[in-house]
Amino acid sequence: MNYFDLTFYVFAIGAVVSAGMMVFSRNLIYCAVGLLFALASVAGIYVLLGADFLAATQLMVYVGGIVALLLFGIMLSVKFTGVELRTGTLQMLPGLMIAAGLFLLLVRMVFRTEWAVNQPGEMLPTTSTIGKRIMTDLLIPFEIASILLLVALIGAAYMARRERT
Amino acid sequence: MEALIQALQSQSAFFSQFSESLLALIFFVLFGLLFATVAAVCALVFVYLERKVSAHMQDRLGPMEVNTEIPVLKKIGHGWAQTLADAFKLLLKEDIIPDAADRRLHLIAPFILFAAVIAAFAVMPFGEKLVVSDMNIGVFFVLAITSFSVIGVILAGWASNNKWSLLGGMRSAAQIVSYEIPNGLVVLVIVMQVGSMRFNDIVIAQSGGILNWHVFQFFPLNLIAFIIAFLATLAEANRAPFDLPEAESELTAGFATEYSGFKWAIFYLSEYANMFLIGIFLSALFLGGWTSPFGSLFGGFFDQPGWQPIWIILKAVAIVFLQMWLRWTLPRLRVDQLMYTSWKVLTPFAFVAIFGVGLWMLL
Repeated sequence: MNYFDLTFYVFAIGAVVSAGMMVFSRNLIYCAVGLLFALASVAGIYVLLGADFLAATQLMVYVGGIVALLLFGIMLSVKFTGVELRTGTLQMLPGLMIAAGLFLLLVRMVFRTEWAVNQPGEMLPTTSTIGKRIMTDLLIPFEIASILLLVALIGAAYMARRERT
Repeated sequence: MEALIQALQSQSAFFSQFSESLLALIFFVLFGLLFATVAAVCALVFVYLERKVSAHMQDRLGPMEVNTEIPVLKKIGHGWAQTLADAFKLLLKEDIIPDAADRRLHLIAPFILFAAVIAAFAVMPFGEKLVVSDMNIGVFFVLAITSFSVIGVILAGWASNNKWSLLGGMRSAAQIVSYEIPNGLVVLVIVMQVGSMRFNDIVIAQSGGILNWHVFQFFPLNLIAFIIAFLATLAEANRAPFDLPEAESELTAGFATEYSGFKWAIFYLSEYANMFLIGIFLSALFLGGWTSPFGSLFGGFFDQPGWQPIWIILKAVAIVFLQMWLRWTLPRLRVDQLMYTSWKVLTPFAFVAIFGVGLWMLL
């Protein structure tokens, strides 16, 4: 086992354990922290696969943005309104069935897919390739996504504006 | 990093008996420890510097008495051992955890903050060869990894279970998330000009003396970008005049109120390590990084590789001094003024800089 494998297993175990913490914890803030570590571990696996830009984007968007906002929301609702936010167990049987079905589907997919395994090699720069692809082949999805974001931005500004009476 | 290991293996029999991957692992751990130590020493020096700078700006002398009893070192005087004594005091203090605090999160919060700052040092260019990992996406990596610090601050505020801590954590989160936007935008200005996010490419693009530094290119657009970057990073480091998260007069010590002893020292350490990080980051982006300001003057003497770490550290310390100067000169902003500055002043000007530089490059 070389250090590539070792790092992979560290990140993989980290991702699984923190995902478990996210799902099984009753305390919402622990769930958010579990999500944080799960996302960060997955970012580590991206780096091992040579996708450094994707990993940094994952950290920037999810850790700096989404998890921070989640924590923000939980803090605002718990500490200021005094409502105890705890998750409970609801709909045990249907939940189990859906989870088992999804699990079987994923296992089937894992064994059916022909995985193209690349040997860990030289880390090649990915940013210029990504940029060129976005500006040529993937231009329309890119523009649609940016319009979607603009709409979301305007919507957020509209909802947050001060009501004039 | 790989070049260093291969050079060592070919030169000495001792290193060639180990495999390359094992050496890489050991080296990465060693460099991590090295940077943690550098950050600690940095904090010691900068805390002393801050006390002296603030004292002299207010026409006082600052710490003068603690000079140790060692005869030679005592001669230096000026209370040079004050922060050493303070550090020992902090290490010996009791570590108090409030009864109502969330013990686990209370424990990990300072370390998340510290790890975020130290991890960013991995891509900092102290010289052409003196960089742990000269990543292709270096600049973006710094922006991404430092976003962990906001999590540390929020968790510290939450876990302490104290209203001051919570308010401090909330303010800090709002502030860091807002100021990341102008900061990211002005970094884009430089990335556009160089066409690379690798720190060494950005620094090499500025070699050849002070006039080639990015601050003086595309006048005055890059100068505006530099000022925005300086203010935004100042706000992200929670330094005055943007130190609302730890405003002493209203929130005691903000998110760090319920911390004591070594854990509190970690917060302090991260703040000063972060200031140094910002100094290196800004000087690499705008002030020529490890290149000398003299270019080929003096027969290129100052351009020799041995000077590189000295130049970048000098520039970084100059920026840290500027941060301290502002802290002891300006009063603190109000919360609404803080948000106004970010969204209505810095962000539009950052867009102007991007647009202007883009147009200029096209013409």
